[in-house]
Amino acid sequence: MPEFSQLVDIVKRISPETTTDEKASPKAILIPAQNIIKVCTELHQNPETYFDMLSCLTGIDNGVQANTMEVVYNLYSIPFNTGVMLKMVLPRENPVIDSVTSIWRTADWHEREAFDMLGIKFTGHPDLRRILLPADWEGFPLRKDYHHQEYYRNIKVEY
Amino acid sequence: MGLLDHKFENGGIIITKADDLLNWARLSSMWPMTFGIACCAIEFMSTGTSVYDMDRFGIAPFASPRQADVMIVAGTVTFKMADRIKRLYEQMPEPRYVISMGSCSNCGGPYWQHGYHVVKGVDRIVPVDIYVPGCPPRPEALIGGFLKLQEKIRNESLRAPKAIERLLENQKQHA
Repeated sequence: MPEFSQLVDIVKRISPETTTDEKASPKAILIPAQNIIKVCTELHQNPETYFDMLSCLTGIDNGVQANTMEVVYNLYSIPFNTGVMLKMVLPRENPVIDSVTSIWRTADWHEREAFDMLGIKFTGHPDLRRILLPADWEGFPLRKDYHHQEYYRNIKVEY
Repeated sequence: MGLLDHKFENGGIIITKADDLLNWARLSSMWPMTFGIACCAIEFMSTGTSVYDMDRFGIAPFASPRQADVMIVAGTVTFKMADRIKRLYEQMPEPRYVISMGSCSNCGGPYWQHGYHVVKGVDRIVPVDIYVPGCPPRPEALIGGFLKLQEKIRNESLRAPKAIERLLENQKQHA
């Protein structure tokens, strides 16, 4: 079973500007957003790590003050029975990141949800459209500064 | 049928008002559309089981809007679902009735404040005849709603159909 420090070493070989958050559970590795595909491919392919499952992919809005968004990847390695968290910090004005659907097909719907709720764009996603809300919905509800529209198709939204 | 037997003894003729006969027929065989959108639908299903037996009122779920008399809106109405509900309602033949079952479809329920995606009451989409409170309402409460609807139908009149009345009112407003 690879230790966390070993995982960090493996990631650092590919993406030198990597930091960690050991208080997170599971412990998190923060990597720059442009290295996402390289790092994920390595963690997926390397026989020492073999993270064959993407347990969860989700987005976080840190609010207007912090002016950042995050995409969080929870990876799990079935043969090694170990998990790790990857975090990417994105600018809030233009949250764009590469899609990992080419590595884990699971990411398809997860990324669509993150797009639907937070408006994070995943480049290279095969079918990036809203998954839960209607296609003509305005805005992204899980953003901290979200205000719903007054009327949706002539139905009043407010109570 | 004990009461009716005695009435048929002498010649088998009943004299009644057309209104009463039609209302009796309508209120004795209300077919709700098999349609549930959240947890209230579970209580709706229980209402159909042998324990509560809504069949004893002539109420049998029908799996199409085309022959249904009553629509039970059993659950949270989201904006995405709103169009579908309206279409289902429009597919039902008149006279048609709507029972709003549970807090969500009555007024938005627990989603009244932060539920950006929830319609705050199904009466914003379709006209509602009976509101059944509860979260979710017990099967007894739904049966209570049906009995209230029966009372409403019993007092209807063929000579003053509500739909035509509304139509005339609308025309007056537009004129």
